[in-house]
Amino acid sequence: MKNFQSLSEIRSEIADGKLSVSLLVKHYLKQIEDMNGRLNAFLSVYADEALRQSHSIDRKIKNGTAGKLAGMVVGIKDVFAYKDHRLQCASNILQGFQSQYTATSIQRLINEDAIIIGHQNCDEFAMGSSNENSAFGPAKNPINEEHVPGGSSGGSAVAVASDMCQVSIGSDTGGSVRQPAAFCGTIGLKPTYSRISRHGLAAYASSFDTVGILGKTVEDIALVLEVMSGADEYDSTVSQQPVPRFTEALKNNKYKVAYLSETLEHPSLNYEIKDQLNDVLEDLKSDGHQVAEAHISMLDYLLPTYYVLTAAEASSNLSRYDGVRYGVRNEGGNLESMYKKTRSKNLGVEVKRRIMTGTFVLSASYYDAYYTKAQRVRRMIRDETISILEQYDFIISPTTPTTAFKIGEMKEDPMQMYLEDLYTVQANVTGIPAISIPIGFDNQGLPIGVQLMSKSFNEADLLDISKQIITFKDQKR
Amino acid sequence: MSTEAYSEYQLVVGLEIHIQLSTESKLFTAESTAYGQPPNTNVSVITLAHPGIMPKLNKKAVEYAIRMGLACGCDISRYCIFDRKNYFYPDSPKGFQTTQDRTPICIGGVVPVNLKDGEEVNVKLNRIHLEEDAGKSIHDEHSDESFIDLNRAGVPLIELVTEPTIHSADEAMAFMTEIRRMVRYLEICDGNMEQGSLRCDANISVRKKSDTELGKKVEVKNMNSIRNVGRAIKHEFKRQINLVEEGKPIITETRLYDANTGTTFSMRTKEELNDYRYFPEPDLSPFEVTEDWLNEIRLSMPATPRQLRSRFVEEYGLSVYDTEVLTSEKEVAAFFEEVCEKTTHYKQVANWVMGPIKSILNEQEGDEITIPIAPEQLSELVEAVENKKINSSLAGKQVFPYLVNNTNKTVSDAISELKIDISGQDDISDIILEVLGAFPEKVKAYQNGKKNLMGMFMGEVMKKTEGAANPQKANELLRDALDKKEKEE
Repeated sequence: MKNFQSLSEIRSEIADGKLSVSLLVKHYLKQIEDMNGRLNAFLSVYADEALRQSHSIDRKIKNGTAGKLAGMVVGIKDVFAYKDHRLQCASNILQGFQSQYTATSIQRLINEDAIIIGHQNCDEFAMGSSNENSAFGPAKNPINEEHVPGGSSGGSAVAVASDMCQVSIGSDTGGSVRQPAAFCGTIGLKPTYSRISRHGLAAYASSFDTVGILGKTVEDIALVLEVMSGADEYDSTVSQQPVPRFTEALKNNKYKVAYLSETLEHPSLNYEIKDQLNDVLEDLKSDGHQVAEAHISMLDYLLPTYYVLTAAEASSNLSRYDGVRYGVRNEGGNLESMYKKTRSKNLGVEVKRRIMTGTFVLSASYYDAYYTKAQRVRRMIRDETISILEQYDFIISPTTPTTAFKIGEMKEDPMQMYLEDLYTVQANVTGIPAISIPIGFDNQGLPIGVQLMSKSFNEADLLDISKQIITFKDQKR
Repeated sequence: MSTEAYSEYQLVVGLEIHIQLSTESKLFTAESTAYGQPPNTNVSVITLAHPGIMPKLNKKAVEYAIRMGLACGCDISRYCIFDRKNYFYPDSPKGFQTTQDRTPICIGGVVPVNLKDGEEVNVKLNRIHLEEDAGKSIHDEHSDESFIDLNRAGVPLIELVTEPTIHSADEAMAFMTEIRRMVRYLEICDGNMEQGSLRCDANISVRKKSDTELGKKVEVKNMNSIRNVGRAIKHEFKRQINLVEEGKPIITETRLYDANTGTTFSMRTKEELNDYRYFPEPDLSPFEVTEDWLNEIRLSMPATPRQLRSRFVEEYGLSVYDTEVLTSEKEVAAFFEEVCEKTTHYKQVANWVMGPIKSILNEQEGDEITIPIAPEQLSELVEAVENKKINSSLAGKQVFPYLVNNTNKTVSDAISELKIDISGQDDISDIILEVLGAFPEKVKAYQNGKKNLMGMFMGEVMKKTEGAANPQKANELLRDALDKKEKEE
């Protein structure tokens, strides 16, 4: 069966009688069966359930009662609660845990007849940039299996890139959707913070965590975004802003696009990525968009701010994994020793590193020097970013400084690994929406992504410009 | 040690009072707050802190906190955030308590308190903040296992913190009594200290009266009645003075009160103090208290005991002492007001409430207060006595007990069932005396043997009562009066 690029393509084939949802599900199950052993993208596959649902959705399509997402087969990152299904956050500490409720974002997909085909591999508790921090081993980049797929939503990107599902739902706290999308050659959207309910998304850093979408086309992403967004009674931080019809947003408007010279001059940026980004800038100009240089003075403060604040929140969010009520417990003779054993043995190295960092920056003697200061810098970064976006519609940058690196290459150097998030964390620190779209390949054939950021709640324009860039890239090919 | 030594010292106490709010659902989730349910039945995935859960603020709890703040004259914060207080303990499911560290909902405030000797003192408040309760750890059910009951986890609390301006156990007890009364009046907490809906910790220190700096403070917990708060403070005062006098240091520590011995013992020293790593709760949006909302709360708020006391003085002309007694319990004050809507003999109503009704209430067990008589019954009774339908001793000895036993019956029912002669013995006695006074010669004659004069006396009495008197009774009373007169002479 062919690799369908979008739901509308699928739906038109179903309408023509050439395809059914059950055939489609069988196709994805076959893809998973053939490739998942090597790529390690899915941690669990709900085959029987998906097939059962496909029959009922086929009937609904025939009866004309099907939802907006009928025919959409979705994989979800192992950080989303899905009632009566396992949820492990790719961590040993949640071994055997079953969710007793469904995340709002996932429930909204199901309500529109999407089929959830399985839970996907990721870095433990979404902490990482390579998917190597998974208790289940790394997922592998389908373009070159010696390379990482990126992270933390690695499995989600691999699944879309290798056609194991049509769309993946990931989470993006510092680039965890965009960076693997760039490494695997798919599209990855991080909507505005608070656009989508976080109810049912296992928290890493609450004031940064965003539900994100990985897909093959802008149209699919627009549709899924439209379905998942909006107010939710279970999450009081979610935005009450009206949700536009993102599917009708692709209007081919002309925009003002800024590139930040500091990001392009950064020493860690791979020259091939820089060259291809410059090509995109030229294409945008020749397409009638305005492209201009702008400046960011806070670039060097992005990563430290991000890591101080996310570690602080993580140290608190992960306290609940204590062996008392659920998950794994290692008995220790007394309470304190039970806590120590359970958490030492069942949390991974990176997770523990961030918990310790977070505990440190929140401790009484260092609070002001780190946490308070980082909060202040966060506000400054937000102000600077907003002021740029008052003059321009978008900020364009590389998604990542490098293309997908080799598995194990950076494992011993967390600081180098953190640098992977150089361009992506800005959107999380400020809460604005950002998207990564594939623009080409490096000389090893590994995908290159470009990132666009816009004002808060302006995903519509972001999707429009993304569609335009992808279209002229396709035309060039 | 001589009592003189004690008099050189000043006691300094600050109280932290945890008030469990009587909202139907928890502070951040919908499950019930009902007390006494089987363990771990009021627990959802939110209380259990499953991965991915989010808190949602119960507005009613905020409203209750604001009621208390307004009643105590606090400033109400208009923009509030919650904070996380991080610590590990099995009865704290999230690994942190959601509380208010930097922006308490109520700031400052004063609670005037009347002491036994009639003196009024002001207890200054530092703050009142909202937070969630922890679950319960049960250590005594099994020799080497502990049990956790999370029903209480997430139940809304307000913590009221006073300034260290309390200087005697009596003052502390009077303050606790007033706070307990206030929360019951405001209908925000049942005030039950035994079940723990009202809990008090005391920070106690001593200093020489000449000192300007505060002494090292000791925190005392586990006092489950107002009396025990007083006892614990008195004990600590002596214990600390003795230490100072013996030249021993006072250790900053947490001590538990033991009600059996009336003493305190060390629980943990503050040296092992937790670093709670407070930071703003990112899973809850800051909430705003708008002027409209505040007004709405102000207008819908039940009266405080203090407001009621001044109303009782003004509207009913009662003494300060009477108002104190009448407002000591919310139910009693409400009953009094209800009766006063039906009769204007306020002082008489007050006497009934403070006398016979209070003495029945004093014998009732437990915290529930059940007024033994219906408001209509008492107003009728007061009216019947005031209109001389029945005399007061009969009202107290016969009618009142009858009404208490038959709360659906009226005073008329009582009169007919108890076969009380509503013509009234007192009235007839007066008439008899009048008649006898008018005929002194005839009285003498009667006493000298002319017993048939009885008919004439009866005739006069019947004439005076216009025939309303019961002849048999009148005859009896007349004979008694004549005999009495004889003895007197």
